[in-house]
Amino acid sequence: MLGYAIRRLGLSVLILVLVMSAMYAMVFLVPGDPASLALGPRATPELKEALRERMGLDQPVLVQVGHFFGSALRGDLGIDVWSKRPVLGQILEVFPNTLLLGAVALGWAFAAGILLGAAAVVWRDGWVDRLLGVLSVSVIAVPSFVVAIYALIVFAVWLNWLPAIGAGEPGDIAGQARALVLPAFAVGVGWAGYLARLIRASLLEVMEAPHIRTARAFGMSERDIVFRHALRVAIVPTLSVLAVGFGAILSSAVFVESVFSRPGIGTLITGAVEKRNYPVVMGTVLFMTAFYLAVVTAADLLIARLDQRVRDVLRG
Amino acid sequence: MSCAADDTRLPARRGIGRALLADPLGAAGFALVAVFLAMALLAPWIAPYDPVALDVKAKFQPPSAAHWAGTDHLGRDLMSRLVWGARLALGIATTSVGIAGALGLVLGLVAGYGARWLDGLLVLVFASMSSLPMIFFALAVITVLGPGPATLILVIVLVSFPAYGRLIRTQTLALAGADFILAERAMGAGPGRILFRHLLPNVVGPLVILICMDIPVVIMLEAGLGYLNLGVRPPAPSWGNILSDGYTSLRQAPHVIIVAGIPLVLATLGFTFLGEGLRDVLDPRGAGRRRP
Repeated sequence: MLGYAIRRLGLSVLILVLVMSAMYAMVFLVPGDPASLALGPRATPELKEALRERMGLDQPVLVQVGHFFGSALRGDLGIDVWSKRPVLGQILEVFPNTLLLGAVALGWAFAAGILLGAAAVVWRDGWVDRLLGVLSVSVIAVPSFVVAIYALIVFAVWLNWLPAIGAGEPGDIAGQARALVLPAFAVGVGWAGYLARLIRASLLEVMEAPHIRTARAFGMSERDIVFRHALRVAIVPTLSVLAVGFGAILSSAVFVESVFSRPGIGTLITGAVEKRNYPVVMGTVLFMTAFYLAVVTAADLLIARLDQRVRDVLRG
Repeated sequence: MSCAADDTRLPARRGIGRALLADPLGAAGFALVAVFLAMALLAPWIAPYDPVALDVKAKFQPPSAAHWAGTDHLGRDLMSRLVWGARLALGIATTSVGIAGALGLVLGLVAGYGARWLDGLLVLVFASMSSLPMIFFALAVITVLGPGPATLILVIVLVSFPAYGRLIRTQTLALAGADFILAERAMGAGPGRILFRHLLPNVVGPLVILICMDIPVVIMLEAGLGYLNLGVRPPAPSWGNILSDGYTSLRQAPHVIIVAGIPLVLATLGFTFLGEGLRDVLDPRGAGRRRP
């Protein structure tokens, strides 16, 4: 187990270093210099030179890469080119918002997925099952930011039930909760459908097990069998999907956050991309990649602890 | 498992179409995809107006007989923009997944049948690329290269080829030890012949299903980035740009954003239903289920 853990962690660190180096290499392989691009055609050479210096672009590539990783290890992700504030500070300021959105979205999606998946199995091959089947494929297919836009129009603009923009004032818990409803719905709805499908498939497999047949022979109702006995077993395989799901959910949060002008990692990075604010973009990508890798690695280690058979570091 | 035995398990070509259309969702998906393909191919002839022609006097008109979907803040006809948007969306989606599919195919075959060190290296590349949160990586590439159709295609290729490579590698590894491949090798066939004559035709099926399932993801990414003003530059009539215009005039003229979302919803549904239908027909054991 320890050997596996070390290899798994080593792989994650290696991936992180590779990815960030590749990203850095890309900056230098591209024709055109980032400083001129950021400043536009009317910038004077002095202005460009000053910005290049601020971005650290006047040093050799390897020095820059080394410097980037060195400072990242000390928790320094550089300084915002425009606002001159530390990048890490900005990230940490908005990250809790994104984390909360992701957690609430995944949380309700998981709960709804379990209920709907179980309902489909209780009434399997009936109209409930068929309807849920079509519904889950549909919500998986439709992009979350389109759901967000329609939810915004209906519930915030027309009905005026919930706030259209922002994440609520600090300290105002009720306001924050209200501001969270529509974004969390939009981000989670696709996952609710996906998890419902997974739970259904997993349940159907469990329902073939001998102990379920025994329960049935004792005359237990289908609903009791599903909820009391089968569900507990059927949930386990879907847990491994949740870690990956969290990464995907953070990705759709980027779009949904900007639909609701909600402060978060998504609005931070998209604003920075438009202004070609390299330190903020690179810092955010590094931070999110590290966070995502940490979640996936932790999940892999947990699963490996639970199931001794999974010990292949690079799963195909 | 031999090549011939594999073939007999699949329904005949005509049977595939019939089985697909017998499933209501598959048929609906097929119909939707056909409509969007027709829109994309015939845009110049179908679109009632020029998609970028301004008519500021007629701005923000609600849907009417003259303008089926109304007009936007510059008086451009939205129906025409949406029809041309289909051309852009499908053009970018098919080009990029085509390139990504070819790249994944070649790298997957090489990883599965090539030298062991090469396999290790490629598996590491696939694993690194797929352990990134896709959208953050895409945004980084756009920052460096600047937004535009070429960047968009590159981004989509980079985020999608690892999954294809992995799939092909697994398939190739499973086949590499099969009797008919060993027999070919014993008869002196070189690696090129084995790879392209024997392995390629046998691994390409699941890839097609996966690619079909990926098209809605790509359409979503294209529209999402356009919506953030980071995709194809305005005034190009991409669905994302129309959404972005509509978002700006949300309170003034909500019809713009409402109609802009419709083709996006229908196209993603269509391709997903078609992909699901194809998978149920071609590969009932169903490995490739889509994630949101």
